[in-house]
Amino acid sequence: MPLPLAAEIALARTAGRLSRLAGAGGGTTVPGKLLWRVDPGAVDRLAARLPLGSAVISATNGKTTTAAMAAEILRQRIHLAHNSSGANLVSGVASTLLDARGAELGLFEVDEAALPEVAARVRPRAVCLGNLFRDQLDRYGELEHVAARWRSAVRELPAEAALVLNGDDPQVGELARDRAGAVVFGVDDPSVARPSLQHAADSKYCVRCGTPYEYAAAYVGHLGEYSCPNCGHARPALSVVARDVRMQGLDGVAFRLQTPDGARDVRLRVPGLYNVYNALAAASLAGALGASLDEVTAGLERFSAAFGRFERIAVGDRGLLMLLIKNPAGANEAVRTIVDGGAPSLAVIALNDAIADGRDVSWIWDVDFEPLLPHLGRLVAAGDRAAELALRFKYAGMDGDAIEVIPSLERALDRGLELTPPGDELIVLPTYTAMLALRKIVAERGFVRPYWERAA
Amino acid sequence: MKIVVGHLYPDYLNIYADRGNIAVLARRASWRGHELEVRTVSVGAPVEPGEHDLLYVGGGQDREQALVAEDLVAKADGVRAAVDSGAALLAVCGGYQLMGRSYRDFHGGDLPGIGVFPLETVAGETRMIGDVLLECELEPGVARTLAGFENHAGRTKLDPGAEPLGRVVAGFGNDGESGFEGCRVGRAVGTYLHGPLLPRNPWFADWVLAQALAHRLGEPPVFEPLADDLEQQAHTVSASRARSRGGRR
Repeated sequence: MPLPLAAEIALARTAGRLSRLAGAGGGTTVPGKLLWRVDPGAVDRLAARLPLGSAVISATNGKTTTAAMAAEILRQRIHLAHNSSGANLVSGVASTLLDARGAELGLFEVDEAALPEVAARVRPRAVCLGNLFRDQLDRYGELEHVAARWRSAVRELPAEAALVLNGDDPQVGELARDRAGAVVFGVDDPSVARPSLQHAADSKYCVRCGTPYEYAAAYVGHLGEYSCPNCGHARPALSVVARDVRMQGLDGVAFRLQTPDGARDVRLRVPGLYNVYNALAAASLAGALGASLDEVTAGLERFSAAFGRFERIAVGDRGLLMLLIKNPAGANEAVRTIVDGGAPSLAVIALNDAIADGRDVSWIWDVDFEPLLPHLGRLVAAGDRAAELALRFKYAGMDGDAIEVIPSLERALDRGLELTPPGDELIVLPTYTAMLALRKIVAERGFVRPYWERAA
Repeated sequence: MKIVVGHLYPDYLNIYADRGNIAVLARRASWRGHELEVRTVSVGAPVEPGEHDLLYVGGGQDREQALVAEDLVAKADGVRAAVDSGAALLAVCGGYQLMGRSYRDFHGGDLPGIGVFPLETVAGETRMIGDVLLECELEPGVARTLAGFENHAGRTKLDPGAEPLGRVVAGFGNDGESGFEGCRVGRAVGTYLHGPLLPRNPWFADWVLAQALAHRLGEPPVFEPLADDLEQQAHTVSASRARSRGGRR
């Protein structure tokens, strides 16, 4: 006989506390994993108890930030169950549900591959799909396969569920064709377009006929205003649009947000065009969940940073600016952002190859690190694959003597800080597990609270 | 001396760091006083006889691979003529499969190949993914190791008597069964190893460069060694990854 749900919940919560007491990190997914093992259907029942239902967000890049922005908009009025530390598999959703006493609405960022299962279990009232980039082919398989899973997940959604889509991504925008009423967002400002598609652009060929798209404007990777010269497949009509985008270096970015309910000027405190996309996704989703345009604007302007994605940490008399890198398209935007903010003369770049980073490190060769080179006088290459990263820069033309290979993250961080004059900021670009480890190091030194204490 | 590389389909087959392989060839050539000129040969363009000292073709996802397969058939005579007249060739992953006789995908659809290598590839149900380590003997009596990463659904079967690139020390290789990886025909080499292959295997990068120069000089030159400490470090880490965790299904 299965345990009653209440007993399962109590058991799983205790496990999470024990995991934290034992010092095994945040223990954020321990209760969920346990619950998942004892009774997978418990996730469905927990989600069904949320009075306002659930919303799920998925994307290769930006899902953590998008969810954090949406949470900032919604939390004034609604008590959320939100997996803010990025535990985005079914077990992470389960843990969040366990932890969220009294929550009214579930707000879940979900791993691209886990989307079909999470959607089937929590039966969301709104789904927001941001983008599909090539990411960890060794883990996710080819882009086409992830896209096919998304197509079937969208087909399985109940008719009343709201669907929010990035029209600037050909694979994602295409999902709007079969679903009347989908909210489609995108950027419309050729002045911030790239001169050409980047090396890492993925969906360059028409999703219908395979002909290379023509881009009237390419914004981030293959995101932009595309059309097929052969069959005419093109970006769908946009209902939520960013126009008049003004980049403000590392300080932020401003744009005109246009929606069916009106338009507002928005100034984000996080930089980069990719964050405009995240803001559009969050605004569209929050709107679909009933937030007013004023609530959307105020929430976006309050938002400061998502966990490790673009995070400033004061470390004594120096600062750390940490930007997560995890795949070519995302890393290109991190590079573009820091170069726009004034190219640094020193950087620590940390490459790990655990499962969560991708065991295949070849992706670093598809990143355009080159814009950093003219000003970069010294590179501290760190992480388990530090030497590989050093080679990326050596073969890009950097002088071998200017590269220090320090696999130990702690020693690399100290070396970086030592080379940083007091009052200055050290740029750190870590992969996912390196980011977690670096945050842990600075947390142990008392400069930042551990992430399991931060969930707001 | 100028070394002319024909890079086949860089706009379609160019993931898994193919760009890194080209960068390594270019730098290592220039450090020896040579100049690498890379010319794009994409859809619709022919491979002209005698034009290239080295042909390079990289990997792509299934969709891109299918998009170029038909065009490559139109280039078949040009590519075979180049290889027969002594040009070097390096084909990685998807490009390796297309340089065989045929590729059958998981749904039974056939992509034509051009038969530079005596092999056929059939996709299996699971992908063969992981770090891989090979032992190679490209010159008689000189054994070296190659470290890379493989990620392929194709099971590649060499014809009896065909020469593989190397013996699998750890990982899957051509088909997960034979114990061999890649294929070599004279100065032409095909392999599943990316990672990319050349930065962490500098001896092999130099071998490829020497084969390309042999197209000009008749004989492969002997290079002075370079300071490859970083490369060796990366090789050691990659090789230890293959030994400790190897491939997984």
